[in-house]
Amino acid sequence: MEKEKHHIVPYKAYFYILAALIVLTFLSIGIIKINLGAYSVLGAMIFATVKSALVLTWFMHLKFDKPFLRIMVGAVFVLFFVVTFITFLDYYYR
Amino acid sequence: MEHVTQHPDPHYDQEASKLGMWLFIFTELLLFGGLFIVYAIYRFMNPEAFKLAGHELNMTIGALNTIILLVSSMTIAMSTSAIQKKNKGLTVLLLEITIMLALIFLINKYFEWGVKFEHGIWPGSEHLINDMSQGEILFFGLYFVMTGLHALHIVIGMIIIIFALRRVQNGTVNADRPSLLENAGLYWHLVDLIWIFLFPLFYLIH
Repeated sequence: MEKEKHHIVPYKAYFYILAALIVLTFLSIGIIKINLGAYSVLGAMIFATVKSALVLTWFMHLKFDKPFLRIMVGAVFVLFFVVTFITFLDYYYR
Repeated sequence: MEHVTQHPDPHYDQEASKLGMWLFIFTELLLFGGLFIVYAIYRFMNPEAFKLAGHELNMTIGALNTIILLVSSMTIAMSTSAIQKKNKGLTVLLLEITIMLALIFLINKYFEWGVKFEHGIWPGSEHLINDMSQGEILFFGLYFVMTGLHALHIVIGMIIIIFALRRVQNGTVNADRPSLLENAGLYWHLVDLIWIFLFPLFYLIH
Protein backbone atom coordinates (compact mmCIF):
# COMPACT_ATOMS: atom_id res chain seq x y z
CA MET A 1 0.00 0.00 0.00
CA GLU A 2 1.38 3.33 -0.97
CA LYS A 3 1.81 5.72 1.90
CA GLU A 4 -0.58 8.62 1.65
CA LYS A 5 1.10 11.96 1.35
CA HIS A 6 0.90 13.70 4.65
CA HIS A 7 1.41 17.41 4.65
CA ILE A 8 4.03 18.56 7.14
CA VAL A 9 3.39 22.13 8.18
CA PRO A 10 6.64 24.11 8.54
CA TYR A 11 7.39 25.46 12.03
CA LYS A 12 7.51 28.98 10.62
CA ALA A 13 3.84 28.80 9.54
CA TYR A 14 2.78 27.95 13.10
CA PHE A 15 4.83 30.83 14.42
CA TYR A 16 3.14 33.31 12.07
CA ILE A 17 -0.29 32.00 13.09
CA LEU A 18 0.61 32.48 16.75
CA ALA A 19 1.76 36.04 16.04
CA ALA A 20 -1.56 36.75 14.26
CA LEU A 21 -3.52 35.26 17.17
CA ILE A 22 -1.69 37.42 19.72
CA VAL A 23 -2.20 40.57 17.62
CA LEU A 24 -5.93 39.76 17.36
CA THR A 25 -6.08 39.27 21.14
CA PHE A 26 -4.66 42.75 21.72
CA LEU A 27 -6.97 44.21 19.06
CA SER A 28 -9.98 42.71 20.87
CA ILE A 29 -8.78 44.30 24.13
CA GLY A 30 -8.22 47.57 22.26
CA ILE A 31 -11.71 47.65 20.78
CA ILE A 32 -13.17 47.24 24.29
CA LYS A 33 -10.98 50.05 25.67
CA ILE A 34 -12.04 52.62 23.04
CA ASN A 35 -15.64 51.90 24.04
CA LEU A 36 -17.93 51.64 21.03
CA GLY A 37 -20.93 50.91 23.20
CA ALA A 38 -23.00 48.00 21.94
CA TYR A 39 -20.63 47.52 19.00
CA SER A 40 -17.65 46.68 21.23
CA VAL A 41 -19.18 43.28 22.09
CA LEU A 42 -19.79 42.65 18.41
CA GLY A 43 -16.21 43.68 17.61
CA ALA A 44 -14.71 41.43 20.28
CA MET A 45 -16.81 38.50 19.03
CA ILE A 46 -15.71 39.10 15.43
CA PHE A 47 -12.06 39.00 16.55
CA ALA A 48 -12.76 35.80 18.51
CA THR A 49 -14.38 34.24 15.42
CA VAL A 50 -11.38 35.11 13.25
CA LYS A 51 -9.06 33.66 15.92
CA SER A 52 -11.06 30.43 16.12
CA ALA A 53 -11.00 30.15 12.31
CA LEU A 54 -7.19 30.42 12.37
CA VAL A 55 -6.94 27.74 15.09
CA LEU A 56 -9.31 25.42 13.20
CA THR A 57 -7.68 25.78 9.78
CA TRP A 58 -4.01 25.80 10.78
CA PHE A 59 -3.47 24.37 14.26
CA MET A 60 -6.17 21.73 13.82
CA HIS A 61 -4.99 21.03 10.23
CA LEU A 62 -8.41 21.39 8.60
CA LYS A 63 -6.70 23.20 5.72
CA PHE A 64 -4.94 19.95 4.83
CA ASP A 65 -7.74 17.54 5.73
CA LYS A 66 -10.22 15.89 3.42
CA PRO A 67 -13.22 18.04 2.41
CA PHE A 68 -15.76 15.83 4.22
CA LEU A 69 -14.14 16.67 7.56
CA ARG A 70 -14.27 20.41 6.81
CA ILE A 71 -17.94 20.07 5.82
CA MET A 72 -18.73 18.23 9.07
CA VAL A 73 -17.00 20.86 11.21
CA GLY A 74 -18.83 23.59 9.32
CA ALA A 75 -22.14 21.76 9.83
CA VAL A 76 -21.60 21.64 13.61
CA PHE A 77 -21.08 25.41 13.72
CA VAL A 78 -24.13 25.99 11.51
CA LEU A 79 -26.14 23.78 13.89
CA PHE A 80 -24.91 25.82 16.85
CA PHE A 81 -25.88 29.13 15.24
CA VAL A 82 -29.31 27.82 14.22
CA VAL A 83 -30.02 26.65 17.78
CA THR A 84 -28.79 29.99 19.17
CA PHE A 85 -30.94 31.91 16.70
CA ILE A 86 -34.08 29.92 17.48
CA THR A 87 -33.50 30.28 21.23
CA PHE A 88 -33.20 34.06 20.84
CA LEU A 89 -36.37 34.22 18.72
CA ASP A 90 -38.15 32.46 21.55
CA TYR A 91 -36.89 34.86 24.21
CA TYR A 92 -37.28 37.98 22.11
CA TYR A 93 -40.94 37.41 21.24
CA ARG A 94 -42.24 35.97 24.49
CA MET B 1 15.50 6.19 -2.06
CA GLU B 2 12.33 4.25 -1.59
CA HIS B 3 11.99 1.64 1.12
CA VAL B 4 9.08 -0.43 2.28
CA THR B 5 7.46 0.75 5.50
CA GLN B 6 6.38 -2.03 7.79
CA HIS B 7 3.03 -1.91 9.48
CA PRO B 8 3.20 -3.97 12.65
CA ASP B 9 -0.54 -3.53 13.17
CA PRO B 10 -2.63 -3.85 9.99
CA HIS B 11 -5.62 -2.25 11.72
CA TYR B 12 -3.95 1.11 12.10
CA ASP B 13 -5.98 3.72 10.21
CA GLN B 14 -4.90 7.29 10.66
CA GLU B 15 -7.90 8.81 8.89
CA ALA B 16 -10.44 6.85 10.97
CA SER B 17 -8.60 7.71 14.13
CA LYS B 18 -8.77 11.39 13.28
CA LEU B 19 -12.46 11.16 12.38
CA GLY B 20 -13.22 9.52 15.73
CA MET B 21 -11.44 12.32 17.56
CA TRP B 22 -13.37 14.95 15.64
CA LEU B 23 -16.69 13.28 16.46
CA PHE B 24 -15.74 13.49 20.12
CA ILE B 25 -14.73 17.14 19.67
CA PHE B 26 -18.18 17.85 18.20
CA THR B 27 -19.81 16.64 21.42
CA GLU B 28 -17.48 18.90 23.40
CA LEU B 29 -18.26 21.88 21.18
CA LEU B 30 -21.98 21.36 21.68
CA LEU B 31 -21.52 20.92 25.45
CA PHE B 32 -19.82 24.31 25.72
CA GLY B 33 -22.10 25.66 22.99
CA GLY B 34 -25.10 25.01 25.23
CA LEU B 35 -23.42 26.92 28.05
CA PHE B 36 -22.63 29.80 25.69
CA ILE B 37 -26.32 30.00 24.74
CA VAL B 38 -27.29 30.10 28.43
CA TYR B 39 -24.74 32.89 28.91
CA ALA B 40 -26.04 34.81 25.88
CA ILE B 41 -29.65 34.67 27.03
CA TYR B 42 -28.90 35.76 30.60
CA ARG B 43 -26.64 38.55 29.41
CA PHE B 44 -29.36 39.67 27.01
CA MET B 45 -31.81 39.74 29.95
CA ASN B 46 -29.42 41.35 32.49
CA PRO B 47 -27.03 43.60 30.52
CA GLU B 48 -26.27 46.05 33.36
CA ALA B 49 -25.70 43.41 36.03
CA PHE B 50 -23.33 41.51 33.73
CA LYS B 51 -21.37 44.70 33.07
CA LEU B 52 -21.13 45.45 36.79
CA ALA B 53 -20.09 41.91 37.71
CA GLY B 54 -17.64 41.75 34.78
CA HIS B 55 -15.62 44.60 36.30
CA GLU B 56 -14.77 42.28 39.18
CA LEU B 57 -12.69 40.11 36.83
CA ASN B 58 -9.04 40.83 36.16
CA MET B 59 -8.53 41.55 32.46
CA THR B 60 -4.74 41.37 32.72
CA ILE B 61 -4.70 37.85 34.13
CA GLY B 62 -7.29 36.84 31.52
CA ALA B 63 -5.16 38.24 28.69
CA LEU B 64 -2.04 36.59 30.13
CA ASN B 65 -3.79 33.21 30.25
CA THR B 66 -5.01 33.73 26.68
CA ILE B 67 -1.46 34.22 25.45
CA ILE B 68 -0.18 31.24 27.49
CA LEU B 69 -2.80 28.98 25.91
CA LEU B 70 -2.14 30.31 22.40
CA VAL B 71 1.60 29.67 22.78
CA SER B 72 0.95 26.17 24.16
CA SER B 73 -1.29 25.48 21.16
CA MET B 74 1.56 26.47 18.87
CA THR B 75 4.10 24.27 20.68
CA ILE B 76 1.89 21.15 20.46
CA ALA B 77 1.11 21.91 16.80
CA MET B 78 4.86 22.17 16.16
CA SER B 79 5.40 18.84 17.93
CA THR B 80 3.17 17.11 15.34
CA SER B 81 5.41 18.53 12.61
CA ALA B 82 8.53 17.53 14.57
CA ILE B 83 7.43 13.88 14.89
CA GLN B 84 6.74 13.66 11.15
CA LYS B 85 10.24 14.99 10.52
CA LYS B 86 11.43 12.15 12.81
CA ASN B 87 12.90 14.62 15.28
CA LYS B 88 12.06 12.81 18.51
CA GLY B 89 14.10 15.07 20.78
CA LEU B 90 12.33 18.21 19.60
CA THR B 91 8.91 16.51 19.81
CA VAL B 92 9.55 15.61 23.45
CA LEU B 93 10.85 19.09 24.26
CA LEU B 94 7.83 20.80 22.65
CA LEU B 95 5.43 18.54 24.54
CA GLU B 96 7.21 19.27 27.81
CA ILE B 97 6.90 23.02 27.12
CA THR B 98 3.17 22.53 26.39
CA ILE B 99 2.66 20.74 29.71
CA MET B 100 4.56 23.47 31.59
CA LEU B 101 2.42 26.19 29.96
CA ALA B 102 -0.74 24.28 30.90
CA LEU B 103 0.50 24.14 34.48
CA ILE B 104 1.21 27.89 34.50
CA PHE B 105 -2.32 28.48 33.18
CA LEU B 106 -3.75 26.47 36.09
CA ILE B 107 -1.57 28.30 38.64
CA ASN B 108 -2.87 31.64 37.31
CA LYS B 109 -6.41 30.27 37.54
CA TYR B 110 -5.76 29.24 41.15
CA PHE B 111 -4.70 32.76 42.10
CA GLU B 112 -7.54 34.30 40.09
CA TRP B 113 -10.18 32.19 41.82
CA GLY B 114 -8.37 32.76 45.14
CA VAL B 115 -8.92 36.52 44.82
CA LYS B 116 -12.64 35.92 44.13
CA PHE B 117 -12.89 33.74 47.26
CA GLU B 118 -11.13 36.47 49.29
CA HIS B 119 -13.77 38.92 48.08
CA GLY B 120 -16.41 36.51 49.32
CA ILE B 121 -17.48 35.47 45.84
CA TRP B 122 -18.14 31.80 45.23
CA PRO B 123 -21.29 29.93 44.18
CA GLY B 124 -23.79 30.24 47.01
CA SER B 125 -21.63 32.53 49.17
CA GLU B 126 -23.39 34.84 51.64
CA HIS B 127 -21.95 37.96 50.00
CA LEU B 128 -23.27 36.81 46.62
CA ILE B 129 -26.75 35.92 47.84
CA ASN B 130 -27.31 38.84 50.24
CA ASP B 131 -25.65 41.78 48.48
CA MET B 132 -25.93 41.07 44.78
CA SER B 133 -28.66 41.24 42.18
CA GLN B 134 -30.06 38.22 40.35
CA GLY B 135 -28.05 39.12 37.24
CA GLU B 136 -24.75 39.29 39.13
CA ILE B 137 -25.43 35.93 40.79
CA LEU B 138 -26.06 34.46 37.32
CA PHE B 139 -22.87 36.00 35.96
CA PHE B 140 -20.69 34.56 38.70
CA GLY B 141 -22.47 31.23 38.55
CA LEU B 142 -21.72 30.98 34.83
CA TYR B 143 -18.19 32.26 35.40
CA PHE B 144 -17.37 29.52 37.91
CA VAL B 145 -19.10 26.75 35.96
CA MET B 146 -17.66 27.65 32.55
CA THR B 147 -14.10 28.51 33.58
CA GLY B 148 -14.19 25.55 36.01
CA LEU B 149 -15.30 23.14 33.29
CA HIS B 150 -12.65 24.62 31.03
CA ALA B 151 -9.99 24.17 33.75
CA LEU B 152 -11.10 20.53 34.09
CA HIS B 153 -10.46 20.16 30.37
CA ILE B 154 -6.99 21.63 30.88
CA VAL B 155 -6.27 18.97 33.52
CA ILE B 156 -7.58 16.18 31.26
CA GLY B 157 -5.61 17.63 28.34
CA MET B 158 -2.43 17.56 30.44
CA ILE B 159 -3.01 13.89 31.29
CA ILE B 160 -3.53 13.06 27.60
CA ILE B 161 -0.39 14.98 26.60
CA ILE B 162 1.68 13.25 29.32
CA PHE B 163 0.35 9.92 28.02
CA ALA B 164 1.29 10.87 24.43
CA LEU B 165 4.69 12.11 25.60
CA ARG B 166 5.51 8.76 27.19
CA ARG B 167 4.43 6.92 24.04
CA VAL B 168 6.67 9.20 21.96
CA GLN B 169 9.57 8.51 24.31
CA ASN B 170 9.19 4.72 24.14
CA GLY B 171 8.70 4.88 20.37
CA THR B 172 5.17 3.49 20.02
CA VAL B 173 4.11 6.91 18.72
CA ASN B 174 6.41 7.70 15.81
CA ALA B 175 6.50 9.23 12.32
CA ASP B 176 4.55 6.25 10.90
CA ARG B 177 2.00 6.13 13.72
CA PRO B 178 1.51 9.69 14.94
CA SER B 179 -2.26 9.47 15.57
CA LEU B 180 -2.17 9.54 19.37
CA LEU B 181 -0.05 12.67 19.34
CA GLU B 182 -2.19 14.30 16.64
CA ASN B 183 -5.37 13.53 18.56
CA ALA B 184 -3.84 14.89 21.77
CA GLY B 185 -3.05 18.01 19.75
CA LEU B 186 -6.64 18.26 18.48
CA TYR B 187 -7.95 18.00 22.05
CA TRP B 188 -5.55 20.69 23.22
CA HIS B 189 -6.59 23.02 20.37
CA LEU B 190 -10.22 22.46 21.37
CA VAL B 191 -9.35 23.67 24.88
CA ASP B 192 -7.70 26.72 23.28
CA LEU B 193 -10.71 27.27 21.00
CA ILE B 194 -13.12 27.38 23.95
CA TRP B 195 -10.91 29.82 25.82
CA ILE B 196 -10.83 32.12 22.76
CA PHE B 197 -14.56 32.68 23.35
CA LEU B 198 -14.53 32.59 27.16
CA PHE B 199 -11.98 35.41 27.31
CA PRO B 200 -13.96 38.19 25.56
CA LEU B 201 -17.28 37.09 27.09
CA PHE B 202 -16.15 37.16 30.71
CA TYR B 203 -13.08 39.39 30.91
CA LEU B 204 -13.82 41.99 28.25
CA ILE B 205 -17.05 43.51 29.53
CA HIS B 206 -16.55 47.24 29.86
